[in-house]
Amino acid sequence: MKTVYVDNNATTMVAPEVFEAMTPFLTDRYGNPSSMHTFGGKNHADIEEARESVADLIGASDPSEIIFTSCGTESDNTAIISTLRAYPEKRHIITTKVEHPAVLNVCKYLDTAGYRVTYLGVDGEGMIDLNELKTAIDPDTAIISIMYANNETGVIFPVEEIAEIARVRGVVFHTDAVQAAGKIPFKMTGLPVDLLALSGHKLHAPKGVGALYVRKGTKFVPFLIGGHQEQTRRGGTENVASIVGLGVACRLAKKAVEEERTRIKGLRDRLESAILEKVPNTRVNGSTESRLPNTSNVGFEFVEGEAILLKLDEKDIAASSGSACTSGSLAPSHVLRAMGIPFTFIQGSIRFSLSRYNTDKDIDYIMEHLPSVIERLRQISPYGREKA
Amino acid sequence: MWNYSEKVMEHFRNPRNVGEIENPEAVGEVGNIVCGDALRLTLRIDKETDTIIDAKFQTFGCASAIASSSALTEMIKGMTVDEASKVTNKEIADFLEGLPDEKMHCSVMGMEALEKAIANYRGAPAKKEMVGEERIICKCFSVTDKKIVRAIRENNLKTVEEVTNYTKAGGGCGRCKGEIEKLLKEFWEKEATKKEVRTEERPPARKLTNLERINLVQETIEREIRPRLRADGGDIALVDIDRKKVYVKFLGACLGCPSTGVTTKALVEAKLKEFVEEDIEVEEVRE
Repeated sequence: MKTVYVDNNATTMVAPEVFEAMTPFLTDRYGNPSSMHTFGGKNHADIEEARESVADLIGASDPSEIIFTSCGTESDNTAIISTLRAYPEKRHIITTKVEHPAVLNVCKYLDTAGYRVTYLGVDGEGMIDLNELKTAIDPDTAIISIMYANNETGVIFPVEEIAEIARVRGVVFHTDAVQAAGKIPFKMTGLPVDLLALSGHKLHAPKGVGALYVRKGTKFVPFLIGGHQEQTRRGGTENVASIVGLGVACRLAKKAVEEERTRIKGLRDRLESAILEKVPNTRVNGSTESRLPNTSNVGFEFVEGEAILLKLDEKDIAASSGSACTSGSLAPSHVLRAMGIPFTFIQGSIRFSLSRYNTDKDIDYIMEHLPSVIERLRQISPYGREKA
Repeated sequence: MWNYSEKVMEHFRNPRNVGEIENPEAVGEVGNIVCGDALRLTLRIDKETDTIIDAKFQTFGCASAIASSSALTEMIKGMTVDEASKVTNKEIADFLEGLPDEKMHCSVMGMEALEKAIANYRGAPAKKEMVGEERIICKCFSVTDKKIVRAIRENNLKTVEEVTNYTKAGGGCGRCKGEIEKLLKEFWEKEATKKEVRTEERPPARKLTNLERINLVQETIEREIRPRLRADGGDIALVDIDRKKVYVKFLGACLGCPSTGVTTKALVEAKLKEFVEEDIEVEEVRE
């Protein structure tokens, strides 16, 4: 049996069209795009074509606003560090408590390196308070870095409003759009975001490629210093095959955005309501109003996430959890904790994240097994016997 | 993904002895839902022979917590209470053909539940925690200095990371890592000075007279045992010595402590064996 893969916020399958477009660059067309000879130099055109596709997906006004990187983490690091270097006199950063480690841990590091960091909290729905953001901005603020959509809960932040607040106050705004890009439509031309990070492997391109959008006119200092690649904004020989793959993936994603909003959202909603109906003592974590169409984070009370995942794994179902045991750090999800979700639910939280490759059958299959997995673990658990 | 042994996965998939014994002779509960794991152990004990006839568990936790609980119940069935009191977390992990380092705390949880159940059988309330002079070091997981030092001693831990793997302390926000480091340093410095004393004062390996034995027992209690108990707010009194059998009584915070059974064997008897005679036996006298 094929694995029922519902962990697409972790990584996605490489689309067959993407793989096909990449293979020539992993075999015959291995030339370096910086070379003077045609054999290498002609690959440059393929990179530029990919750049146009990325720009097109996010509605950038000019492809030159796209810099290719090695991953979402590099894009986030570049955005933050570059801005701080561009404004050396400013020592204050604003971010949220629920960022991905690619942003959060950079901020924590800077916190120990002499910068002042404001971590905005979230409410029980996972939402930030825009007034809190406004109050946090001061003349010393160098950058605001707030994610577009949360990887664990799928909650979408009001990026347009945040960007407007930042623009009015003259502060650089970076958004980690790794989870949003390709899942929801947005256009940089109408969105005053200065820097935006995205990652290839979250939208059916391979791992090891990402992009950073840098709005024209934004002060930029390279993070990876080296050759003249990417207009001297990011050194290092281009990962041609993966960049080409990312370009194709972005074209496919643009076409599939409507499907995300309708069919994929339909599958997610069906899975979620079936769980809530069939499994007692469950809750959805995070706002259901402002949320990615593919993500559902469900808390199963009185059972532990790792045990649920391993039981699902036996049935060839791949999902993920915010429980302490799965994090490797012993502390449960910082996102769910920041939301104030009761511990009885956090430890048993499971994230289901779908993609366009999921089908109705997948949902049926999950629902065939999930309720009995939870029931069995609840029988072992010392908690909640009176309820379960 | 954790690298679990086949045995861990097997016990996770088919846990033995799940459930609860009705009107059990002993109950041991450890952990809580905030920590991410909890275990409730109930025992059927034949009071005539002091033998554990049946053991059942209920566990909230990950695969290794469930497997450790299952393994524990299998191991102790058929043991006498005294035998069971000697089961260590390492033996639970060994029974499961090993646990990942980060999951050793699951075996510690098993051992602690067993200790509490045995203490409960011997008269302590099922849920009573010994507090005394303990200090919470790790606020995220409510781990005390006493628990940390004990894990260091019994598992020969040398780094903060190891302490976290065995006790969870330091695994949350990580703010207490400095304090754990301090506890490690203090413990191993003390051990180093003790070793020096030991090599100097090691008793001669020959047959002792009754008088020599009594003196040596008293000396060892004063030097090796009492200071440790006092550090935890407790104390000990020598009641009688009948040839090679030593009778002691626990005082202070040790009174009613669920761990005295373990202390008798792991500390008092171990030290007397080390410093007095190999075949000496210790028994706790209760009022």
